[in-house]
Amino acid sequence: MDTVALLIIEVLNGISSLALTCAGLAIIFGMMRVINFAHGEFMMLGGYTTVVATNAGVNIWISMLILSPLVVGIIGILSERLLIRFFYGRMVDTLIATWGLSLLLIGIVTAIFGNYITGVSAPMGNFSIGIYHLSTYRLVLIGLTVLLFIGIYIVFTRTRLGLIARGTMQNAQQASVLGISTPRVYMVTFGIGAALTGLAGGLLAPISQIIPTVGFTYVAQAFITVITGGTGAITGTIVASGVFGTVRQLVTYQTTPIIGGVVLLIIAVLVLRLLPQGITGKIFRRSL
Amino acid sequence: MFAINFKDWNTRGLIFVGALMLALLFAGPEIFDLFTLLKVILFISMAMLALSLAFIWGFGGILCFGQSVFFGIGGYVYAIAVINMGESTVPILLAIFVPAAFAMLLGYFMFYGRLSDIYLAVVTLAVTLIFYAFMRSTSGPEYHIGNARLMGFNGISAIPDPNWPGFPDAFLWPDDKFYVAMSLLILVYFGLRFLLRTHFGRVIVAIKENETRAELLGYDVRFYKMMAFTIGGGIAGLAGFLIVTFNNFVNPDKFALALAAQIIMWVLIGGVGTLIGPMLGSLALLMLNNWLGTQNFVGWINTYLVFGAIIIIFVLAVPQGIQPTAQLLALRFLPWTRPPPEDVQAAVGAREGAGND
Repeated sequence: MDTVALLIIEVLNGISSLALTCAGLAIIFGMMRVINFAHGEFMMLGGYTTVVATNAGVNIWISMLILSPLVVGIIGILSERLLIRFFYGRMVDTLIATWGLSLLLIGIVTAIFGNYITGVSAPMGNFSIGIYHLSTYRLVLIGLTVLLFIGIYIVFTRTRLGLIARGTMQNAQQASVLGISTPRVYMVTFGIGAALTGLAGGLLAPISQIIPTVGFTYVAQAFITVITGGTGAITGTIVASGVFGTVRQLVTYQTTPIIGGVVLLIIAVLVLRLLPQGITGKIFRRSL
Repeated sequence: MFAINFKDWNTRGLIFVGALMLALLFAGPEIFDLFTLLKVILFISMAMLALSLAFIWGFGGILCFGQSVFFGIGGYVYAIAVINMGESTVPILLAIFVPAAFAMLLGYFMFYGRLSDIYLAVVTLAVTLIFYAFMRSTSGPEYHIGNARLMGFNGISAIPDPNWPGFPDAFLWPDDKFYVAMSLLILVYFGLRFLLRTHFGRVIVAIKENETRAELLGYDVRFYKMMAFTIGGGIAGLAGFLIVTFNNFVNPDKFALALAAQIIMWVLIGGVGTLIGPMLGSLALLMLNNWLGTQNFVGWINTYLVFGAIIIIFVLAVPQGIQPTAQLLALRFLPWTRPPPEDVQAAVGAREGAGND
């Protein structure tokens, strides 16, 4: 019984960390169709912001929930203005440019902080189920992920900003004819995506180790998940995270994390073979 | 089949490149000392890896982000087979055909699933990362194939040298290794040049230029792309064999993202849609990497920083790469390189038609 409860929490944890990893990418890649290969590095920057701020004496919740998204959001807007906006509509060039950005960011962080592992300890201590001890923070993380996605959904479906953003992504020319400054919409949307990525990096910092190259571990699974999600970026990402997170965690429980990763990939390739448009290409078609 | 026309600019270029490569082949052991000669074998292996991506990306329009996966499989397959067989002729063939078969399988899923460019890039990247993670986790004694232990992140070392086919005791000396490597590079380069002039090669390029049009003309786009991908995988596997002969060692770094990314960079810098450019690109960046490794900078310069900056500068300022840019500069400033005006028109038209995407 305890084992079952533990396993359920582990699975929910797997889903929530995967969904968090993908949230920003669902907006930047899923909605804007901008291949951001520096996604992992945005997460890494969010993680470093939390670690540095917390070690400097800032309350860990303030550094995770406010400072990380703020810092990475600003870096995201700067990158968009200085680099990415020149490549809109040219996917392969965007991919290469953002990958250059990714290496550059790793280089800058390595230059400042050195190539060492850092981290912060998770707040809120432990609780126990039978003989197992679990970190309370992991439970809170699940709740925060749910809240975050509800927030994203409300912003993009119920507010004027979200309406303008979706309209611009659907038909930029039409939007600009209606008097909307599309470059600004792109900039702001990219900034929001980057901020969410930074937030994810911050929130995951206490349960992971942070090194300058940590982004590599996130980027491939994030892209796979968002791509498998398909055209309805937010819903698709949630569904795909649910499927992949469950499978990976269960396989990992039975075998090793490596096999878990392999199985995740194989399932992704099979799903894309059967549903080339992704999950939301077939079901939940009218979702966001 | 092909009449050689010495007035044709492409033919002149090919003859020039061929002469240069042959000169290097024969002069190599004379001009380089032993240590440098081994280093040259490494460069040749990397140049061949660059060629494999230059072909499938530049001419097939398939941006594979994980070309390193076939390179690594080639290296590992050769190592495992040669340790088990004690003879290298069959292992070398396996090092070509196993990665090619894997490329075909992967290509079947990707092209028959009609994944678009970007999805393809991400799937191939994920595949190489999975191999990287998996091979790093095989340290335990339970991971072995026949007599060959996989050894996890330490890699397989002391892999036997290749021998002359049919003579299991006649191992290749470093000079011979260089001759073999350089000959293979020449063969692959001219093989690809030949392939691009055949019907198959022309269809591949046609698909890159306009997939819908090629399909409407009755070509099975999925099949041609899969075959191009397979050929690229085989060449990358051959490069993997060469890198193993360089220092008798193979480790999971052959699958690492760092290498996967560098291959893209070589092709990008050399010029997408060319074959010589990417080989020169690999040479230039490897030498830069070596040089950075030997310098003691004030502490804050590192390879990530330098390579990131190079990529951004190239993609912003020289998006065509070195070779096309050099050709354009030569045409402008060196009058004797100018072919007749109508050829220039055709070449410029073709290049603009190729576009960047």
